[in-house]
Amino acid sequence: MNRARRDILDGIRRGLRGGRAPDPEMLAAVDERLARHPRDLIPARVDLPPDRLVTLFMEKAEAMAATVGRVADVSGIPGDIAAYLAGHNLPPEIKIAPDPALTGLPWESRPTLTVKSGAAQDGDVVGVAMALAGIAETGTLMLHSGRHGPTTLNFLPDNHIVVLRRSAIVGPYEDAWDRVRAAGALPRTVNLITGPSRTGDIEQTIQLGAHGPRRLHIVLVDGD
Amino acid sequence: MQPTSHAFVENARDALANPKLHRALLNMKAGFQGKRAKAVAGLPEFEQLRERAKAVKDHTLAHLDTYLERFEAKATASGAQVHWARTGEEACDIIHGICQRRGAQTVTKGKSMVAEEIGLNAYLEARGLNPVETDLGEYIIQLRHELPSHIIAPAIHLNKEEVADAFYDAHKDLPPDRPLSEPRELLEEARGVLRRIFLASEVGITGANFMIAETGTTVIVTNEGNGDLTQVLPKVHVAVASIDKVIPTLEDATLILRLLARSATGQEQSTYTTFSTGPRRHDDPDGPEEFHIVIVDNGRSALLGTEAQETLRCIRCGACINHCPIYAAVGGHSYGWVVPGPIGAALDPGLIGLAEAHHLPNASSFCGRCESVCPMKIPLPSIMRHWRNAGFEAGLGAPSFRYGIRGWAWAARRPWLYRVGARLGRWSLRLLARGKGRLTAAPLANGWTKWRDLPAPQAGGTFHDQWRARQRGAGGPGGAGAGA
Ligand code: SF4
Repeated sequence: MNRARRDILDGIRRGLRGGRAPDPEMLAAVDERLARHPRDLIPARVDLPPDRLVTLFMEKAEAMAATVGRVADVSGIPGDIAAYLAGHNLPPEIKIAPDPALTGLPWESRPTLTVKSGAAQDGDVVGVAMALAGIAETGTLMLHSGRHGPTTLNFLPDNHIVVLRRSAIVGPYEDAWDRVRAAGALPRTVNLITGPSRTGDIEQTIQLGAHGPRRLHIVLVDGD
Repeated sequence: MQPTSHAFVENARDALANPKLHRALLNMKAGFQGKRAKAVAGLPEFEQLRERAKAVKDHTLAHLDTYLERFEAKATASGAQVHWARTGEEACDIIHGICQRRGAQTVTKGKSMVAEEIGLNAYLEARGLNPVETDLGEYIIQLRHELPSHIIAPAIHLNKEEVADAFYDAHKDLPPDRPLSEPRELLEEARGVLRRIFLASEVGITGANFMIAETGTTVIVTNEGNGDLTQVLPKVHVAVASIDKVIPTLEDATLILRLLARSATGQEQSTYTTFSTGPRRHDDPDGPEEFHIVIVDNGRSALLGTEAQETLRCIRCGACINHCPIYAAVGGHSYGWVVPGPIGAALDPGLIGLAEAHHLPNASSFCGRCESVCPMKIPLPSIMRHWRNAGFEAGLGAPSFRYGIRGWAWAARRPWLYRVGARLGRWSLRLLARGKGRLTAAPLANGWTKWRDLPAPQAGGTFHDQWRARQRGAGGPGGAGAGA
């Protein structure tokens, strides 16, 4: 197997520079670029003040068939979720990410709602997760795995609800990557999610709810 | 599956006579071309981004060995196991070994063109495993034992009735009176069946749109969410990627992602873009315990330093295919291999050999639309032209075609003869058309006139004659009329 590795790398070197290994300057250039990870051209559409970025995020997310509920502060989250469940005739049961930001919410204000936390299981109908960032450029959510973030919650339940703090809305993807880097080494999974799952594989007709969630609902929290 | 690219001419003839196929391919124009145009119009920086993406990928290819080594080091440090495979067979063997060690029976697969290329399903099936494609289009063609006919819409050649037949055949517990006449019903049927398989799967295999050297991360881009269920539920995740998928940083991947979905489906961003780094961490509530990355060469390193090197910039968006008039007429299966259309014509001869694939670069009108829409600015027609030359040099192609080219070349090198010949040809065609302006039959041209009329030459002399008259009238080369 190391043999395969050597043969492939040798083959590449033959094609690129007559078999020579890269010289020290080339290596330095590569390593410098990796360390600096420069930003490239960023679309001008995100050059906006923060409140306009929020509007852009909502527009873009809704254009991709997500729904957005807006609440003044975290105490409004259970109510918005309850209204969503009622609006779609869903049973009052949710599975939330084991994130203190979610487990610590005043769920007792909704006594008819059954709230469990943890990774998603087959049969969970509604999953609730916390976003690390909202990317206004395309209305995209960024979520990540970790002790507080089971990835299955984003894909198994038919209904995906994501809580997004207004302060987590950024313009371009690059700003979201800075947030990930600031948190340390990359987690196992970073999910960029734009709308509910979809397919156009049968006669090019777009159907929502392919294998992943049929709906995506974002609860946008204005204050803390 | 073995390539049938050598039979392109016969494949294409059959395809042209297949009305069902044409009905299915008609969806493509509104579906893909219109949506892409709209998405491109919505991003003023699109052209600049193409230039930038090309530059980044050219830089990466120039340092491909180093970036692959850096990727490997980071991936290994994050707990992934990196494997190298020179050939498809080696890659299949590595993946089979992983499945065997885990005692896996049912294996789910996200859509991966390189997995198609290396024939992974057949390899695993022959060894008693049950690999199941989970992308809806891939699932359908797997049931029908076909190759994908398009790189992003594998079942684009099928109508919904044909999909329904495939499901009635394969889903044994499906009541025969269950309606499957609408795409929605078909999707629900597949979703139900595949959900059970996702939950039972022991190894999940995906491709990778990128390998990020900075972080040792692999990336998949999907709309259905099947790739994510494939990789998050089983205990083992295997990502298989060809060497050209490496890219330096998260920012570089982001740059290219701004082009990918817009060029492919006309979305601004695909629904799910997922970055995977190492296996599940000790306090993660879910995710795979093992993460393997299989880096496959399978002929690509040999393209470096050749006229076909630029095909390695390809991000498999399918835009060139969606805009190709030849593809729209003959469909993907005519090309006889995994990657069809213009990119197939530019890439396949390098990967499966010119003897097998020499027809493909000839299946082009050189209209240039492929190059004009390619987000990575790959000069597809020039690369096809290179393969045409190479095919001619190698003595490939039908004798009539080869003698025709030779004869034309002989005349073209003798201008006086060429001019006389052109005048003679023009004169006789006009005579044959008897003033009608078109010919329904012409000597040596029945391959053309069998299907459509040949326009008769217009008044005013041959092209050479007209050109000379024009130059004189406009006051010589560079005059006002010269560029008209
Ligand atoms: S050649 Fe260009 S247009 Fe065609 S699939 Fe590759 S990147 Fe897309």
